[in-house]
Amino acid sequence: MSYEALRHFADSWGLLFLGIIFLTMIGWTFRPGSGRKHEEAAHMIFEEDHEDG
Amino acid sequence: MDTLLLKAGGWLAIVFFAFIAMVLAADAGFAVHMAIIALAAGIALWVTINKADYAAIGRGILKAPADPGIYDDDPIRWGVIATIFWGIAGFLVGLIIALQLAFPVLNLNFEYTTFGRLRPLHTSAVIFAFGGNALIATSYYVVQRTCRARLAFPGLARFVFWGYQLFIVLAATGYLMGVTQSKEYAEPEWYVDLWLTIVWLCYAAVFIGTIVRRSEPHIYVANWFYLSFILTIAMLHVVNGLSMPVSLLGSKSYAAFAGVQDALTQWWYGHNAVGFFLTAGFLAMMYYFVPKQAERPVYSYRLSIIHFWSLIFLYIWAGPHHLHYTALPDWAQTLGMVFSVVLWMPSWGGMINGLMTLNGAWDKIRTDPIIRMMVLALAFYGMSTFEGPMMSIKAVNSLSHYTDWTIGHVHSGALGWNGMITFACLYYLVPRLWGKERLYSLRMVNWHFWLATLGIVLYAASMWVAGIMQGLMWREYGDDGYLVYAFSEVVSAMLPMYIIRAAGGLLYLAGAIVLVYNVWMTIAGKQREEKPMTETPYDEAADKPIVGKPAIEPAE
Repeated sequence: MSYEALRHFADSWGLLFLGIIFLTMIGWTFRPGSGRKHEEAAHMIFEEDHEDG
Repeated sequence: MDTLLLKAGGWLAIVFFAFIAMVLAADAGFAVHMAIIALAAGIALWVTINKADYAAIGRGILKAPADPGIYDDDPIRWGVIATIFWGIAGFLVGLIIALQLAFPVLNLNFEYTTFGRLRPLHTSAVIFAFGGNALIATSYYVVQRTCRARLAFPGLARFVFWGYQLFIVLAATGYLMGVTQSKEYAEPEWYVDLWLTIVWLCYAAVFIGTIVRRSEPHIYVANWFYLSFILTIAMLHVVNGLSMPVSLLGSKSYAAFAGVQDALTQWWYGHNAVGFFLTAGFLAMMYYFVPKQAERPVYSYRLSIIHFWSLIFLYIWAGPHHLHYTALPDWAQTLGMVFSVVLWMPSWGGMINGLMTLNGAWDKIRTDPIIRMMVLALAFYGMSTFEGPMMSIKAVNSLSHYTDWTIGHVHSGALGWNGMITFACLYYLVPRLWGKERLYSLRMVNWHFWLATLGIVLYAASMWVAGIMQGLMWREYGDDGYLVYAFSEVVSAMLPMYIIRAAGGLLYLAGAIVLVYNVWMTIAGKQREEKPMTETPYDEAADKPIVGKPAIEPAE
């Protein structure tokens, strides 16, 4: 693959591909019901403090 | 007995081969390094033979497996001590080279102590030895606690610790002898690079293995940051380290890339070492230890995930901003600049997320010096991630590039963000790892805080002045079109700033020495008798009911 071809691929399909993955990852955190899951995950590190005294 | 024999034989074989390589070495540096490897393998051999429980082997008793009900904290304890040891070494060398810049006579006219040899020793000692040990130790701690599982592959975890120390020793001694491939932050030669690759893959195996064995269904966000740090550093190190050795028994090698391709690969590596080693890895520490010390969950878990993905997707493209106005294609320079500026947003998102974790508990900044350190670390994370994007803008870069402003920027990030968050984590870890009720002294943590903070302020401020002055003097043209200042005039104009910088470094080192004493006494089981950081306010005179008048007027 020549430098020019690689460059054109990178700033078209490559950019689109990474952009879509990125937006999916960000969008996923806003799915319905995620708030409660995030709440649980944020408190997870304190579970050890409540178990055995 | 068979495995013991196999192990001891393996170590002996390494001693033997390293010795042969030392004898046949093409250059002195390689010979010294092979001697160090032979010595290290010899020590491993001695430990293997001496530590074996021969009575148990003789009676055919198999070694009982480690209790899965307790966390495997031995390598973490070693890591804490190694972090502090290399930290002191790195800060001390930093102070020495700062003084060398102010007083060149301190180069001692001796090749091993010149600035050029000591400078990579300083950068690698603080980044890879101090920072790296802190990252490995805290990642072992956090991954076990958040996965509620014992560390996977305990033997491998110990190999990672000792293998990493050997890497540090080989790298450091190499710099002093002039063994370098001349790539900033990637100076070690090909065989040390290969050794680090082996150690790093074992580290990845231990970390991923522990995550696979987890009892918690969710993988806490700190582990995402640690994992991205481990995997990205593996990729960066392997690609940037690609080189062809001149001889398999010599230290010299040539990089696989040349010219501007080499420069771009180097800064793709260099900037992402900042992004994934000094940022993602230390953010992992932040996302676990700040909520734990504040005893409140992270402000927004969703924001922490958005912070993660934005950082990962943006950082990797920012490297070209190190090559503004060079032979690098213009579009690539602009790309690097744009991504650096956009990177400001996730960085500040993360900083706000960390700081707002204290929402409702801001009084802890007054009462808890460890929280105070964490808050200062986050503040410096915010400041240097604002300064960095600004300096990556081409117009600003034309003034700041190659000046001491860059050095000041790096140190506000390294001393302020990486150093302070590491110190805070050490203070968090030491009483817990050694089973002590509390630290020897909280007041000494406070002393450390102020010594370090004052040191950073002197450092950053003097380098701003030095850098901007230097940039302006370099570009000053007279009416006749000649440069107004000779290079030597610019150098001599910076002497006061260099002395202030060294004073800042001295304060920072002094703070770290307070840490050594405090940690030493804590591990020894001592507790300092001292006034607490805060008193519960009580005014006896005001603590009584008001008599003589009704509290409430009756309604009409």
